[in-house]
Amino acid sequence: MPGLLRIIIQRLLLGLVTLFVVSIIIFTAVNLLPGDFAQAILGQGATDEAVAAIREELGLNKHPVLRYLEWLGGAVQGDLGTSMSQALFSSFTGSETGSGLGSVAEQIAPRFRNTMFLASVTAAIAVPISIILGILTALYRNSAFDRSMNIFTLSSISSPEFFLAYVLILFLAVMNPIFPSLSNIYEGMPFGDRLEKTMLPALTLTLAVTAQMMRMTRAAIINLLASPYIEMARLKGLSPMRVIIKHALPNALAPIINVVALNLAYLITGVVVVEVVFVYPGIGQLFVDSVKIRDIPVVQACCLIFAAAYILLNLLADILSIISNPRLRHPK
Amino acid sequence: MSALLKIRGLKIEGRSDEVWNPIINGVDLDLNKGEVLGLIGESGAGKSTVGLAAMGFTRDGVRISAGSVEFDGVNLVTASAAVKRGLLGKRIAYVAQSAAASFNPAHKLIDQHTEAPVQHGVSGRKESEADAIELYERLRLPNPEEIGFRYPHQVSGGQLQRAMTAMAMACRPDLIIFDEPTTALDVTTQIEVLAAIRDIVEQFDTAAIYITHDLAVVAQMADKIKVLLKGDEVEEADTRTMLSAPQEDYTKSLWAVRSFERPTKPAVQTGATPVISVKNVTAAYGKVDVLHDISFDMHEGRTVAVVGESGSGKSTAARCITGLLPPRIGHIEYMGEALPLDYRKRNKMQLRQAQMIYQMADTALNPRKTIGEIIGRPVQFYMGLTGPQRRKRVEELLAEIELEPTQYIDRLPSELSGGQKQRIGIARALAAEPKFIICDEVTSALDQLVAEGILKLLARLQDELGLSYMFITHDLATVRAIADEVVVMKDGRVVEQGPKLEMFQPPHHPYTDLLLSSVPEMDPDWLTNLLESRGVDNIGDAAVDKM
Repeated sequence: MPGLLRIIIQRLLLGLVTLFVVSIIIFTAVNLLPGDFAQAILGQGATDEAVAAIREELGLNKHPVLRYLEWLGGAVQGDLGTSMSQALFSSFTGSETGSGLGSVAEQIAPRFRNTMFLASVTAAIAVPISIILGILTALYRNSAFDRSMNIFTLSSISSPEFFLAYVLILFLAVMNPIFPSLSNIYEGMPFGDRLEKTMLPALTLTLAVTAQMMRMTRAAIINLLASPYIEMARLKGLSPMRVIIKHALPNALAPIINVVALNLAYLITGVVVVEVVFVYPGIGQLFVDSVKIRDIPVVQACCLIFAAAYILLNLLADILSIISNPRLRHPK
Repeated sequence: MSALLKIRGLKIEGRSDEVWNPIINGVDLDLNKGEVLGLIGESGAGKSTVGLAAMGFTRDGVRISAGSVEFDGVNLVTASAAVKRGLLGKRIAYVAQSAAASFNPAHKLIDQHTEAPVQHGVSGRKESEADAIELYERLRLPNPEEIGFRYPHQVSGGQLQRAMTAMAMACRPDLIIFDEPTTALDVTTQIEVLAAIRDIVEQFDTAAIYITHDLAVVAQMADKIKVLLKGDEVEEADTRTMLSAPQEDYTKSLWAVRSFERPTKPAVQTGATPVISVKNVTAAYGKVDVLHDISFDMHEGRTVAVVGESGSGKSTAARCITGLLPPRIGHIEYMGEALPLDYRKRNKMQLRQAQMIYQMADTALNPRKTIGEIIGRPVQFYMGLTGPQRRKRVEELLAEIELEPTQYIDRLPSELSGGQKQRIGIARALAAEPKFIICDEVTSALDQLVAEGILKLLARLQDELGLSYMFITHDLATVRAIADEVVVMKDGRVVEQGPKLEMFQPPHHPYTDLLLSSVPEMDPDWLTNLLESRGVDNIGDAAVDKM
């Protein structure tokens, strides 16, 4: 399908433009915040000279546009810059800046891996559960099962994540010590241990994202049940389960795929609270900390990762939607 | 011999606003093995509801409240869902109105065909596939070996309808319900499907209920006919008796509808300036030309009927005239002067002169606006009337279309019947005080009696206001009733045009001939005779030709 390839290329180019716009917005927004890195790191008692010295050291006294262009110049060459806190640390200890731990990429990489691990574990639990529940609630629509599932998932999506997290800790770590309540994973940890430590945050997130995916699956299927081909399938004497799985589901895939993609993007970008509760070393915490100290290179890099996650997942969803449509897969 | 299907005192109710209202008020029906019953009536008569109830099936919000439906000794009203599932698809099958909507777009035809036999354990997948190919062949589908392996969207409407008949035959059922299977098809395609259905039902001695609103079609298909009106049975008799000697007034009125015809007008004076003139127009969607060098004129106070099958370019021509689709080559003249091709470049005066009335009055009226607002909008936009003047003009227009102004002005479209909605569409077009109105299949979604009312109204307005109509239709009976000139289109070209009388007299262009001879007639032997005169092979060729 040459058409599909063109769509992919177009969307990727558009994605690059989006990333560029995002970087400008983030840079401007962080600059608009009161105070800068130097003031944040030195605190209230800092002398003007000390602040000025750090600004000089890190190039913060240059014009913002110039600083942005310098960053952009590095970024297009794959150099996301140096974390200011690391750079400052290195300059005090006399080591070279821009090497070792100082680079943003090296600082973010392990955090990003952890976040991806948590997102993958959650997706592996939440997506199948949501879709199966969606199918079952569509099949037994308006039954007691359907209503109780709807109430349960809606209550869980309506509760704050930290609350869900503490409830799970209470039941699965304190009262029944099945999983550890601290998720302090580290590099080189065996996969089994890692999985065990990740379980509680993953379950919390599952509760947070299931409702939307399940309800979309249910709604997309029910939406189709009035269509003539479903009536035809029923008039062929097929079982209700077969009607739904074989005849309704394949035509309901596009909206389901889209909502799954949105929720997966959320798992990568929106899990700060859960990370904090379980002390999980993911990218969300790093992001929040960096904003606090106005460490612009790190904030920029995190935001670009978040934006890229949204763009790529949405692109993937669109491609899968196209592939799931026989009209587009088999043109006349 | 006991009846295969025996319906007694069937009452069905539908729910609206939490209240159950009667839809069918007690229908009896007997059908023997191999017999075909035609079920006819206007929309809302409950034909489809009875047809589905004969399968023990009701749609959501509908229930069988009394009576019995006995199929081969099993009462489908009281039978469990599992018992019914065992019969449906296997011994009772269904052919729906729109095959395009009733085939699942996600699966190949043959996968859907073999589903019922395999699920019901009638035959294996391989056998069933071989049988499908044989049925496709019998139904004279082109490339029977291969066509089943296509997806529904890759197959034309007429072929899909035959594939659906084949699918209904898959388990060799005892009874098939045909629910308006040819209503959505062009006349030339309709013949192929009718012939195919009739053949196969005879070959396998299958009983059938054939639901339609087209009397001429039912005359070809049914052994006996039952007439329904608003959920009540009017009468039932064998086909020939029913056609020659209907007993009830309602049935007689149905039979009489086709008699409306306008007196022929004198020929157009040579040299008269046409109101609208289409000059050598070629138009394209994207890079594909869909109209090829078409030209025709429309004169004051006259009706030009543009006929042709779906996809022949009738509506595209209308879009060119209104400027919605600027032609690639050629131009449109109004009273001898060229109009800007793009409607955005036309001034209010020019826009006013060409108005449209649409096929689906349902979707052409904004459901959230009252009738007064819908008609008042063009009154204000084109004529600049506001306040009480605007209201007065809307009332005049409502009176013009024979709807009591005070009763309708504050209603919403959803509170009106189909015919009334179409009248509102006409009033909205009239509000601009145009010279020229394009009527795009305005009666094809309406019942015959209602359609006749609309045609009469349009004729009266034409006489009073000197309007020109471009009447787009695929229904030749309508053409006969109202046209002055006829333009026949095929594949984006005008194949023949001229005054109506000439067009309905031989010699014809071969395509016009095919169109004219394909319109079903009330004579029950019409289809048989036609097939003989054309030779059966010809129909197969026509099908291939349409690919």
